[in-house]
Amino acid sequence: MKPIRELNPQFLESKENKQHLIDYLLGVADNYLILAQRLGELCGHGPNLEPDIAITNISLDLLGQVRSFYQYISQIKGDGSTEDDIAFLRKEREYRSVLLVQQPNTDFAYVIARQFFFDVFNKMFLNALQQSADETLRALAFKGIKEASYHERFSGDWLKRLGDGTEESHDKAQKAVNDLWVFTDELFQVNESDSAMIDAGVAPDMLQLREYYYEKVENLLTEATLEVPEVPYFQKGGKNGLHSEYMGYILAEMQYMQRTYPNSKW
Amino acid sequence: MSEAEIKSLEAQFEAKIANDEKIEPKDWMPEKYRKTHIRQISQHAHSEIVGMLPEGNWITRAPSLRRKAALLAKVQDEAGHGLYLYSACETLGISREELYNQLHTGAAKYSSIFNYPTLTWADMGAIGWLVDGAAIINQVPLCSTSYGPYARAMVRVCKEESFHQRQGYEIMLSLCNGTEEQKQMAQDALNRWWWPSLMMLGPEDKDSVHTEQSMKWKLKRKTNDELRQQFIDQTVPQADILGLTIPDPELKWNEEKGGYDFGPIDWDEFWQVVKGHGPMNKKRLDDRRNAWEKGKWVRDAAMAYAQKQNERKNKQAI
Ligand SMILES: [Fe+2]
Ligand SMILES: [Fe+2]
Ligand SMILES: [Fe+2]
Repeated sequence: MKPIRELNPQFLESKENKQHLIDYLLGVADNYLILAQRLGELCGHGPNLEPDIAITNISLDLLGQVRSFYQYISQIKGDGSTEDDIAFLRKEREYRSVLLVQQPNTDFAYVIARQFFFDVFNKMFLNALQQSADETLRALAFKGIKEASYHERFSGDWLKRLGDGTEESHDKAQKAVNDLWVFTDELFQVNESDSAMIDAGVAPDMLQLREYYYEKVENLLTEATLEVPEVPYFQKGGKNGLHSEYMGYILAEMQYMQRTYPNSKW
Repeated sequence: MSEAEIKSLEAQFEAKIANDEKIEPKDWMPEKYRKTHIRQISQHAHSEIVGMLPEGNWITRAPSLRRKAALLAKVQDEAGHGLYLYSACETLGISREELYNQLHTGAAKYSSIFNYPTLTWADMGAIGWLVDGAAIINQVPLCSTSYGPYARAMVRVCKEESFHQRQGYEIMLSLCNGTEEQKQMAQDALNRWWWPSLMMLGPEDKDSVHTEQSMKWKLKRKTNDELRQQFIDQTVPQADILGLTIPDPELKWNEEKGGYDFGPIDWDEFWQVVKGHGPMNKKRLDDRRNAWEKGKWVRDAAMAYAQKQNERKNKQAI
């Protein structure tokens, strides 16, 4: 895919642009990090070996993406901070992950519904990002798209199995879909840094794809014999650093070693 | 079948093994051979998946992204090993469901080492280095064992286990090159995992029940005591490079035998853990049972869905 335009080489010389780009990238990569962390909790506890292995795979793919994005951020920052500093040493309010990915592994239906809602978005996002004016991001998008398609197929197939499986699985899947639905809209939230990056041609304008997202999700829910929830409101906050109550615990666990043994190499 | 026919089948079977030919699932085999293999292969498979738990305990707390990814990949490899081994076991005419049932009811055993807790990050290093290390010593000879599906599974498994061992050793190396606190963490892990790792190579020859028959079927090529000696001789120099002390005051090079002498192993502790009294026996089994029981509705859903899909396909065909 061809980029819309090439980025002006002077673009990052502006301090403001640089900060916007960093914020924008955190908004993308923090989702991968927190979701990978959530999926990592499940390793060894799956309903069977095959889905256990597949979920670990997704976690690994996301971790791979996180690392590439954070490495890129540290390169832009140019202040010697590493991918691990970015991952482990920020305060809660500095993380940009959406509420959806923080939601707990209540049961397998929640794991799958959360994954599916994220995967559909992520695949559309990476697809569009292949046209970024930023060369590194184009490469990252290109690298990630195959994995993202596989993830979407995995979670979509499982959602169909659960929705159209037994009565029990149908009810559990419906409950998970209902509970998580309110977090889907935040994926499309545009903040100041996003706008700046959209204007610069670095970021795709995901808002334009919002309708297509819901169409895709709703089609699959229907195929899975599940009802599309009707909610009068959506929940937001994580992307602006206002997280769920789960987030502090996720970070406490994730940051434990780095906080307890500062300045150590592992 | 007449007794003479069975005798002749048995003779052919033994000749095949003596000739280093593989026994395949469709071949005739004595009942005892089948049973022994189901026991050993399933025990091995159970060890792989129970073994995911102690290391899984540190995935969410791994100290760097690189270590987190490597640990996830390692634990996932163990799941893969479980999968190949259950499949190999199924070729002997037993279902995975039945095998799980044996694990969950305590009828089948798994490696006792996994009944110890993982208390610090250094345990991820010590387990890779020592536990995967001891596993390799146990398992390399099985790559040429007589039962074809088991031998082939072991070839794949062993390759990955040596990678795990190097990875574990590398974690230890980072700790030992790190701060004083990190080095202490590494020493503490070695102190806790050393003796259980020696026990992993099995009871002493004089107390080992299965050895003779297993030697004949190439389920074993060296005795437990020989394997243990090999493990110690290989590991002590590695500890020296790390600058760590093996927690055995009686450990001493014996020029004459060309190996290390070592202090007495607390076999009482070993048998206590085998009997289920180790610090983590209950938790490990509870975790496995829980995952299985809580997953039932998911497996049922997958089955029901597959059935519906099949029916739909058949209807379309008509
Ligand atoms: Fe293994
Ligand atoms: Fe193993
Ligand atoms: Fe291993």
